[in-house]
Order: sequence, then structure tokens, then C-alpha cells
Amino acid sequence: MKSLIKSTIVGVATAAMMATAAFAGDLVINFDDPNPGPKKGFEDAVEAFKAANPDINVVVNITDREAHKTAIRNFLSADAPDVTTWYPGNRMAPFVNAGLFEDVSDLWESEGFNETMKAIRPTMTIDDKQWGVPYTYYQWGIYYRKDIFEDLGIEEPTTWDELLAASAKLKENDVTPFTIGTKFLWTAAGVFDYLNLRTNGYDVHNDLTAGKIKYTDPRIKNVFEKWRELIEPGYFIENHATMSWQDAVAPFAKGEAAMYVMGNFSVDAYKNAGLTYDQIDFFQFPEITPGVPRAEEAPADAFFIPANANNKEDARKFLAFIGQPDIQTEWNKTIGQLPVNSEATVSDDKFIQEGFATVGGAAGLAQFYDRDAPAEMAKAGMEGFQEFMIKPDRLDAILKRLDKAQERAYK
Amino acid sequence: MSTTGFDHTPIPSGEDNRSWYQKNRLKVAPWLFLAPAALFFIVYVIAPIFQSIWISFFQWDGLGEKVWLGLENYYELVDDDRFYTSLKNNTLWLVLYMLAIPAGLFIALFLNQTVMGMRIYKSLFFFPFVISQVVVGLIFTWFYNPSFGIVGLVWEFFGATPPSILGDENLVTYGIIFAGLWPQIAYCMILYLTGLNNVSPDQIEAGRLDGAKGWSMLRYVVWPQLAPATFLAVVVTVIGALRSFDMIAIMTQGGPYGSSNVLSYYMFETALSEYGFRMGYGSAIATVLFAIMLLFISYFLWKMYQEERGGH
Repeated sequence: MKSLIKSTIVGVATAAMMATAAFAGDLVINFDDPNPGPKKGFEDAVEAFKAANPDINVVVNITDREAHKTAIRNFLSADAPDVTTWYPGNRMAPFVNAGLFEDVSDLWESEGFNETMKAIRPTMTIDDKQWGVPYTYYQWGIYYRKDIFEDLGIEEPTTWDELLAASAKLKENDVTPFTIGTKFLWTAAGVFDYLNLRTNGYDVHNDLTAGKIKYTDPRIKNVFEKWRELIEPGYFIENHATMSWQDAVAPFAKGEAAMYVMGNFSVDAYKNAGLTYDQIDFFQFPEITPGVPRAEEAPADAFFIPANANNKEDARKFLAFIGQPDIQTEWNKTIGQLPVNSEATVSDDKFIQEGFATVGGAAGLAQFYDRDAPAEMAKAGMEGFQEFMIKPDRLDAILKRLDKAQERAYK
Repeated sequence: MSTTGFDHTPIPSGEDNRSWYQKNRLKVAPWLFLAPAALFFIVYVIAPIFQSIWISFFQWDGLGEKVWLGLENYYELVDDDRFYTSLKNNTLWLVLYMLAIPAGLFIALFLNQTVMGMRIYKSLFFFPFVISQVVVGLIFTWFYNPSFGIVGLVWEFFGATPPSILGDENLVTYGIIFAGLWPQIAYCMILYLTGLNNVSPDQIEAGRLDGAKGWSMLRYVVWPQLAPATFLAVVVTVIGALRSFDMIAIMTQGGPYGSSNVLSYYMFETALSEYGFRMGYGSAIATVLFAIMLLFISYFLWKMYQEERGGH
């Protein structure tokens, strides 16, 4: 009995602690990245906001990314904070459609974001309204072991044939060309997206993720055939299905694999694995079909105001604040990514400069397969990609299954 | 018996003028004691069962409006390859998990001796059941890793290329079941150990006088007395196999490409995971899983009821 009482007390106390004790003058912000870099970037921005608005009492909750993804569905309707992080594109669609996010088009108008964040505007837009303010984005591309490339006399490939030749040469020298970890599926989607963007271009990417093109379409099949040219000679590391993207850094760091199709957030992991800036470098995913305008993957992270927020006035102030060029400059310097506001200054870090050049000249910016496609399709699609990477012979069956999933998801 | 101090009413002199409650105290009391538990059971177990069956007739993302679909979720289920993979894996789990029972019995017989430090050995064997399933899953994920896990080392010692157990659609489920068996065997072992404590020494003695030893002693004297322990072991193993969720979540997340899914994880994936939130479809899977469990549960309840009647 005593232990029962005890555990009840503990339970009640935990529940009380978890509830965000919010008062009218407070501004409650939920942030979703407790890793040291991103946390510092966020906290510095909050400090700057506090200094500029001494009358607002800011309350910050920082949770793990995966936990945040689940929790947001509860807190948006039950116990809403005033500001929360989330993702643009199709990822925000369910909340926008359910009326759980606040329309912030007025902010875009009054703060001039329509001009300064023009590149990212379409992905923040549903029904001609903007639903949040992005604070960062990052490029994708191929990270490679510069030292290995130099040893073997390989240049940065710029065309598909050069990429295949480079891969063949690496393979001859017992280096697996590509590392990848597909346990959590999305890494395979990065490869697929790039093959698709380079083979067919930005419009086909958008039409496919919008459900307007079938997976059995010859153009999409073509993408898989290109992919096959990397899979069948064994250009991807084995056992990738059991590895996370972090696990897959190990062969890269050990020099067993030389290239990695990844986002810029991975640079930190390479450094932590003991690689120096002299050993790693970046090149844009090479051209496949000549003449297709170069589009890039550049996922953004953004802040949103829940429709049920208590303090929308101060929340608007915060969103306007983090959209400012100087704040975005500082923030992205800390986290090693690109500021969304075009008037912000880009850090002089090697990879950020490369990234800036990459997205700057792009004909279109894709979010990512699992943000552009609806969740149900994304899951089925990415499982299909993983299966194809392991059993390329099953291509036809996989594509048929994806068509079936597509029919259901876009009903 | 006024000494108990419960009943101070004077001995009735003819007419019974006690209140209804006082008259029916003995009948009412058990229900009163049961009421809190029953209330919670109804609110948190019974009602949700019907709720999720109800939701399985809708299309619902958990946020917006529910759209009535009728049986469409079930039609889709019948046409869903992933569902059949999960069902097949569930069967595999059920069948192979039963190995925990003979293995547990064997270890229990082996440990049921009086040797110095036996308690330490027993607790060591019981250890896997005490640690969290998540930890077991992680440990085996490392074991199975072909590049640095122990499986890889053993294979390489014999000059073979190590298989990627968790990356191969044909091996992955066996790999996870094997990991799951480790704590499950410990559980069955502890059930049998307590069972063996209650084996009557007189009967062993009598059996020995009649010339029973080894196998025949086990088969005809010890085993029948272990029947209650066996029943319990079967129940927990069946339930454990059907609940097999945490291992899969930790070791493969149902992958590669869904080939290690079971119904419980598939349900979670469609209804609650990052790419899911199809509450209706998830509920339909849950309903099927519930129907399967109901078969076993009814059998167990019936068996228990029979035994109780036989006992009186």
C-alpha cells in the first residue's frame, strides 16, 4: 500500500512537471533538437529575443526530435505551446488542414519575407497562405573522401559516366564507392530523389510526389534503371539495411567507402568520427540527362504558431524576430547550415560555402521525398527503395505495389 | 461470534427489521471491493476495445473528421501483402516461441540441485528476464552485426562470409525470435523451478522404489506434477509471442522493407508511427490481432474454469 501511495505521488508529480505551466505573459516555445550545436543556436536566438523584449517571459521546452514528432499531435490540440518547430511541405499539411496551425501570411507581408525568403516560399504555402517562418535549411549532395580520391587520381565527377568510372576505379582498389545506412529508410529516398531530379528534373519530382505520375511510368522506371547501374556492380556497401545513417559513417571514416549521398548535417558526424576538413569534401550530384536544369534537395526547418496558442501576439513577435537576417546569420553559423533569409550572411565554412553555391544556382528546391509526398506514400515508397537496393530483380513487382499504394494515398 | 466485533445487532426477535444493505452484506461486499478495479478495467480495457473496433470502420488521421468507410479497411487488409507477411511472422513467433518451454524445463531440471552457490547460478540464468527487452534487442543487434558482431567473428573463423541476419528478409524474423527466446526461456525456467519445489518427495521416493529413474521418472512422476507450471508457461509464452513488439521496434523497425513485421508492430506503424496516422486501418489490424488473441484467451479461460470446477 505504501508503495502504491508513493508511486501515485510520483506519478502526479511527474504529470505536473510535464505540463507546461503557462501564464498569460509567458511565451512557451517547443523546440525539437537537444543536440549541442542546434540547442546552442536556438538558445542564443532566444537570449537575443529576450534582450530585445525584456517584458516577455520566455519558457522553453526542448525535446528529442523523434519524441517531438509524436508529441506534436497531442499538444497541438490539448495543451498548445505558443510556438513550435515543425517541417514545411506535405509534412505540415495534416495540421494545416485540421486547422491546428495559425495563418501567418500577414507576417510574411509586413516583414518582407515574401521577397527575402522567396526561394522557400512555395514550400511554406498551402491555399495561398503561409503557415510558418523557416529559420534554416541545408544542402544535399555527395560528400567524399578527398584523400582517397587524390590517392587514386580521381577527379570530382560532373557527369553520370564520370561517376560510374570513379566508382569502378574505387571498387578496383577495394574501396566501396558509396556508404549508406537504410535501416530508417529515408537515406535511400535521398539517392532516389537525386537520381530522379537529374534524370527527369524538378517537375517530374513534384508530379510524382503529388501523385500525378505513376511509379510504373517509363520515366520513373528509368530512374531505377540508373540506380541499378550502381547496385548491381556492388557500389553500395553491404548490410546497409541494418545500419542507421550514423552507423554508415564508420566505413566512410575508416576509408572502406569513399562517397556518401547526404545532407550537410552529416559533416559534424564525419568530424566526430575523426576526419579532418582536408580529408572530406563535397560535390554536387552529377548530371545524368544533359540539359535537365539542376534542382537540389534543400529541406528547411521552420517555426509555427499553433491555432490554440494562448499568446499569439508575442508568438508573432518571435517569428518575425527569427526571420531577421542578422539572427539567421548567427544561428546558422552556430549550427553550420544555410540561412533562409537571402539578406543574411553565409558562414565562410567550406561546406556551407559549397552548399550556398549549390542551392543558390538551383532551378528548383525539393524538400525531400518524405516531406513532399504524403506520409502514407512516403513510407511505402521508401520501403520499395530499400527493397530495390537489396533485390533489384523485383523492380516490376515493387513498382506495381507502389502504384497500388499511390492509388490509396491520393484518393 | 460477537468476538469478531463485526456484528452488534441484537439477535432478531421474530421480525427482521435490518436494512437491505445489512441483510445482503455478504453478497454486496465482494462487489464493493471489486468496484474500483472493475471500473478502471471497463474504462481502460473494455471500452477501448469497442472504440477501436468502431474506429476500424472509418478513415481517420487522428485529427480531422472521421469518414465512414464501412468494411473497406478490411477489404484493403485482405489485399495487403504486408499484412500477410505480418500474419506469417506472427505464426512463426507463436510456434518457435514454444521452444522456450522445453528449454526452460531443461534448464530448471539442471539447476534444481543443491550445490554450493546454486542461488548465484539461478539468478544468473534468470538475469535475461530481469533486464529490459530493449537492452536484449540492442545486445543481439550487436551480436548479429556482420562486421564487428560475434556472429561475424564465428563465421569468419570458419572461413565463411558472415550473413547479415537482420538485413536478410529470410533470416531476420528467426534472428529476432532467437533474441526473444533468451528472456522467455528464463521466464519459463523460473516457473518450472518453483514447480519443481512443489514436487512431492514422497512420490519421488515411491517412484524410485518402483524402479523409475531418469526419463521414466521425469515422464511419469515429475512431469504430471508440473502440469500447473506448464499451463502457466504456455499462457505467458503465447501472450509473449503475440505481444512481440519491443524487440522488433529496437532491432529492425519491421525492416528490411517490412519483412520482419508482426501484427502488433504493423498496427503501430500504420496508426502511430512517423509515417502512419491511419487510425482506421491500424484499428482494423488491431481488431484482427484481438480476434486471434481472443481464441487463445477463451481457450485458457475455459481450461481454467474446467480445472476450478474439477478442483471443488
